[in-house]
Amino acid sequence: MKTNPILECKNLSRYYDAKAALDDVNLTIGRGKIIGLLGPNGAGKTTLIKLANGLIRPSSGQILIDGVAPGIHTKEIVSYLPDKDYFAKWMKVSDVLNLFQEFYSNFSRKKADRMCETLGIKQDMPIKAMSKGTREKLQLILVMSRNAELYLLDEPIAGVDPAARDFILSTIVNNYNEDGTIIISTHLISDIERVLDEVVFIKDGRIVRHDTVDDIKEKECKSIDEVFRDDFRMAVPGVKEAGYDR
Amino acid sequence: MTWNLDDSRPIWPQLKEKLMRDIVAGRYAPGDSFPTVRDLAEQARVNRNTMQRALSELENEGLVITNRTAGRTVTTDEELIKITRVTLAREQIKTMLSEMQQLGFSADEVAELIRNEGGKKVDRNED
Repeated sequence: MKTNPILECKNLSRYYDAKAALDDVNLTIGRGKIIGLLGPNGAGKTTLIKLANGLIRPSSGQILIDGVAPGIHTKEIVSYLPDKDYFAKWMKVSDVLNLFQEFYSNFSRKKADRMCETLGIKQDMPIKAMSKGTREKLQLILVMSRNAELYLLDEPIAGVDPAARDFILSTIVNNYNEDGTIIISTHLISDIERVLDEVVFIKDGRIVRHDTVDDIKEKECKSIDEVFRDDFRMAVPGVKEAGYDR
Repeated sequence: MTWNLDDSRPIWPQLKEKLMRDIVAGRYAPGDSFPTVRDLAEQARVNRNTMQRALSELENEGLVITNRTAGRTVTTDEELIKITRVTLAREQIKTMLSEMQQLGFSADEVAELIRNEGGKKVDRNED
């Protein structure tokens, strides 16, 4: 098993025009862990994930996956769940599975077939007949069926109802390669905090906290959800901060 | 089997305590094979590393034994199980006593109350 960090950011910045989406980020993520990338909308979560996946390039600084900049080698070891779906409407489930099987050498068709069955997705079902939630499930199956070193899941549970969330979380934690690392970006923290080893809080393009879940709970005696709410508390218009004696 | 985890405290000690209770209560008998980390993590819906940590602690205390070939088993050391059972009971009593103190009862008064309750049928909560 490799021991070098799976992901490293060194003074990483990314600008969109003059606005910094990521601002001088330093971050090291180890192997065999489930990491929550948590932050409000617009904090920079998707930007970080897109950089890790090589979809966009840094404006300055470096991002390294398994020690190298995103490229051909990292495409092989990174399994990415985008925040949008990308299926062609004419395809059936089996078409999509065939495509992935052909495209990725580490894709396990057996695993994908099994997960489709557990999640109740029929292989002759056309994509255009699917609900948003079902399409998300299918995307997750594709991503988790690869034997990857890094799984990047951008908002994997946002589109499904709370009952399906539990199911999807079990699918995630039971189907990844154990030496692999999963990074899950979300703002639905209470739903996922028990499956996380570490959390990274991101705010206005900066990492404001990176710690193990156990350490945070031990120090603060609060759930990650509560800690998040405290760290990201927004000033309520018309209420003075000074009146907030807690 | 319910796990009743409290998200405001670290999860692994809670898992460890729950498994200890199951062992001393005989849910897993001495020498029985113990479920895998994977199965237990799935049941409790927690991360495998967290469950692994709880199991390592149980191993350190000798309640669970890892065999190279046969997986994990519950210890056959019944004396150790007995001691653990008493330790867990004493912790419960300490917690209760400190709560009773807050209500203004002395230890003797608490003992008296317990004796009085002892004659009645006690509703055991399914834990």
